[in-house]
Amino acid sequence: MANKPVLAEQRLLDVKLGDLPPWFAKADYTPKGVLGAFRRGYQRYFNKYINVKRGGLPGISMILTAYVVVSYYFVYDNTKHDMWRKHH
Amino acid sequence: YQKLQKERKVTRKKKTFFFFISPSPRLFHASQQCPAPVPRLPETGGKVRHGIIPEEFFQYLYPVTGVTGPYVLGLGLMTMLLSKEYYIINSETMSALGTLAVIVYVIKKYGHKVTEFIDESNDKEQWRVDGRKCIFDAKRNNVAMILESNMRERQLMVFNEVKRRLDYHVELEKLKRHLEQEHLIKWVESNVIKSITPQQEKESISSCIMQLKSLAQRSRAAV
Repeated sequence: MANKPVLAEQRLLDVKLGDLPPWFAKADYTPKGVLGAFRRGYQRYFNKYINVKRGGLPGISMILTAYVVVSYYFVYDNTKHDMWRKHH
Repeated sequence: YQKLQKERKVTRKKKTFFFFISPSPRLFHASQQCPAPVPRLPETGGKVRHGIIPEEFFQYLYPVTGVTGPYVLGLGLMTMLLSKEYYIINSETMSALGTLAVIVYVIKKYGHKVTEFIDESNDKEQWRVDGRKCIFDAKRNNVAMILESNMRERQLMVFNEVKRRLDYHVELEKLKRHLEQEHLIKWVESNVIKSITPQQEKESISSCIMQLKSLAQRSRAAV
């Protein structure tokens, strides 16, 4: 009986630094595995912040903030032209 | 329902903005069997500070940097982004600032009212659902009463029928005895009358006449 769950099934934040390459090796890269990882993350987030009796603003505001930040990354090449100085 | 409202007003905190998002649809009967009941939803979700950063981040840095650590991190990060111009200040920044200001103002001012309204409608629905359970109890009582009244009706019927049959036997006995009596009387009378032979009749008539004569003499003598 293992004390900790198997390495491949541990969450990324729980993996120790030395164990990282084996974790990347053992991870499930099939489409089903990737989809499973997305679904797990979705369920974790939803069960923690949204599927509650008195959920609130933080539940969706975090999603919107993440969307804003990620979209800024994709628009950066256009915004580059509004730079104030050439050399930083 | 008014009592429920008053209780709720006392226990609710002010200046909190929560609103109820309908949960993602859960399949209740995904498999054929559903042995365990569906678990209840937790009361509140994970804590989030300033609406965008989960509390876990602050707890994670607390042992190393104390309370101000994450804020210093944020400040340094912003300074880096601005000075290296990874975050560029343009017209969109100004519009974003304005939008954020309006949003924060609206939330701070009207947040708790929205919370109250939603909690009220939630509580009303909960109260209605509980009321439906009372309807079940009332219906159950009705059915029990109908059953009992039915049973009593039938008992009464049984009693009446049994009484009727017993009365019949009683009446039968009475009738028999009555007929026997009458028949006996008639028979005795007819026999007695038959037994009076003509000779006896003459004798009885003559003796009656003699008695009458003696009576008449006695009465004449008395006068």
